[in-house]
Amino acid sequence: MTTAGRPIDGSSERLDRPALVLRGLEKSFGDVPAVDGVDLEVRQGEFITLLGPSGSGKTTTLRMIAGFTRQSAGTIEIDGADMSQVPPYRRDVGMIFQNYALFPHMTAAENIAFPLEMRRASRSEIRRRVAEALALVKLEGFGGRYPRQLSGGQQQRIAFARAVVFHPRLLLMDEPLGALDKKLREALQLEVMHISRQLGATVIYVTHDQEEALVMSDRIAIFNRGRIEQLGRGEDLYDRPVSLFVADFIGDSNILRGWFERDGDGGWLVRDASRWRVGAAATARAALDGDRAAALVVRPERLRIVDPGDAGAAAAGANTVEASVRDVLYLGSIRKYELTLPDEQTATVRQQVGGNERVWQPGARVRLTWAVDDEVLVSDPGGRPSRPGDVPTAPLA
Amino acid sequence: MTDSWRQPRRLLLVALGALTVFFLMAPTLVVVPMSFTASNALTFPPEGLSTRWYEKMVTDPQWSTGFLNSAKVAFLTAILATVLGTLAALGTVRGRFPGRGAVNGLILSPLIVPVIIIAIGMFSVFVRWKITGSIVGLVLAHTALAVPFVVVNVATSLRSMDRNLEQAAQSLGAGPVRTFRRITLPLILPGVLAGGLFAFITSWDEVVVSIFLTSARFRTLPVEMWEQVRQVVDPTVAAVSTTLLAVTTTLLLLAFVVRRQAPAR
Repeated sequence: MTTAGRPIDGSSERLDRPALVLRGLEKSFGDVPAVDGVDLEVRQGEFITLLGPSGSGKTTTLRMIAGFTRQSAGTIEIDGADMSQVPPYRRDVGMIFQNYALFPHMTAAENIAFPLEMRRASRSEIRRRVAEALALVKLEGFGGRYPRQLSGGQQQRIAFARAVVFHPRLLLMDEPLGALDKKLREALQLEVMHISRQLGATVIYVTHDQEEALVMSDRIAIFNRGRIEQLGRGEDLYDRPVSLFVADFIGDSNILRGWFERDGDGGWLVRDASRWRVGAAATARAALDGDRAAALVVRPERLRIVDPGDAGAAAAGANTVEASVRDVLYLGSIRKYELTLPDEQTATVRQQVGGNERVWQPGARVRLTWAVDDEVLVSDPGGRPSRPGDVPTAPLA
Repeated sequence: MTDSWRQPRRLLLVALGALTVFFLMAPTLVVVPMSFTASNALTFPPEGLSTRWYEKMVTDPQWSTGFLNSAKVAFLTAILATVLGTLAALGTVRGRFPGRGAVNGLILSPLIVPVIIIAIGMFSVFVRWKITGSIVGLVLAHTALAVPFVVVNVATSLRSMDRNLEQAAQSLGAGPVRTFRRITLPLILPGVLAGGLFAFITSWDEVVVSIFLTSARFRTLPVEMWEQVRQVVDPTVAAVSTTLLAVTTTLLLLAFVVRRQAPAR
């Protein structure tokens, strides 16, 4: 799906134009802002997930794109056309709901035919496209059944077929797999992803399940308090979170809070008697304005446990911290250690189970070590000065 | 284990229930055997067995005209009340406007306001409009009395309906009118039909307002009965009562059956 080599001229306008553009989108219910300035540009054929905790504004954003909720401010552009004042039935957007929202008084085939009838397709075309859509979701032969005669997974497939059969310009999904059990959910995640790619559909997918987001999406928009906190590929979000919120929300994180001091290209994170080296790349990405409260984020699989007396085990220049093992959890392919740091904070370490690795027992005094390149520096808006005499940071916004 | 003390209480409850049902039903059911009497007087227990009063009811033009008038008024009332009541229910359940609660209360008020007060009020206005003693006036009056039953039934259906279905229809390209016709109406239809049947029954056996708004030339069946009972006590009244009862009971049962047909969600 590359656009390389295609001339940028009128003939390719359709494909070069973004499928969806949100600009300064806002929605408040009474005085409470639910969506507080969302900007987003989605390419044709892209699978974007809006991910965030409940109440972060992701569903409200989706409902504004669908047209069910009127925005308080900002614009919505679909395929280059301003949709801000267009009612939902003229937006040409397919929507899939968590509770499927199949029409109970119509059969599966009649449900799928509905959007085609609304577009005044001919009877023969409807028959052909309904059959195609049923085949697409592997439910040939189920067309005559009523929704109540179908399982949850089958109902969601029919809902999917109904939403794509008219080739909408956008496919919106509001936690579509949330009501299904884990196994079925995982199977359908792959299916939804494959069929969407196969159709070349542009998908806006809402979920609060980070694993689902990582599996399915081209890009993920992390929502927090009505704003997009970070937008990027799953790897970007996992390896280079821009804030404590993102680091905490995506995957497990070890967070060391302290006070950042600039030193040349890099710097140091200082807390009490401890100092940890911060690399130049991490410092540049964090772009902190001078010395201030900050935190280091290290993923559990990037931490290594070494013997505290074994000075050579930690690579030269690596950061270390003292810890004691609290729990060892054996999870089959990995072993998970929960450790206590000197200041009663906890840390998590994931160790691959291979058979030769050293296994630590609860109560063991150890040292944790990690490479400077494996840490991410983020500002810590809730942080406190770590040294006496430091001025407090600005209050939390 | 608790049956030892539960059993007598349970028996008492059943007995009390049976007694209540008997007191409610007995006066109504007494007319049924009375209508089959062979004698010329309205007596209980009936003397002999005959269907002559039913014959008289069918052949006597006074009764058959009344029957026809009642059916016409009830039918028109049912249609008008169903349309208005359904729209009112849509407005009060789905609409968001100031004074919604007050409007809802006003629509339901005929259920609470004494019928005689409604009758006097309507009579004084309808006299000025010159629509007393006509089918138009009576249908309008009965519609006002019947609308609350439709509103209550349809509102219940609307509240139990998943609103996502309407939004799904809209996202699939159906405008408000087509969404209502293809999705909302079919799903609330049991409520609409039940409301319509209740509206029919309301008009069918209404007597207080009808006494005020009918004339010697235009009488409904209950009014005819009222007039006859005051003059000659003829067992035909019992036959007519039994017929009325049969129609009402049938329609009520029908309404309950229809109400249960709500599609599974």
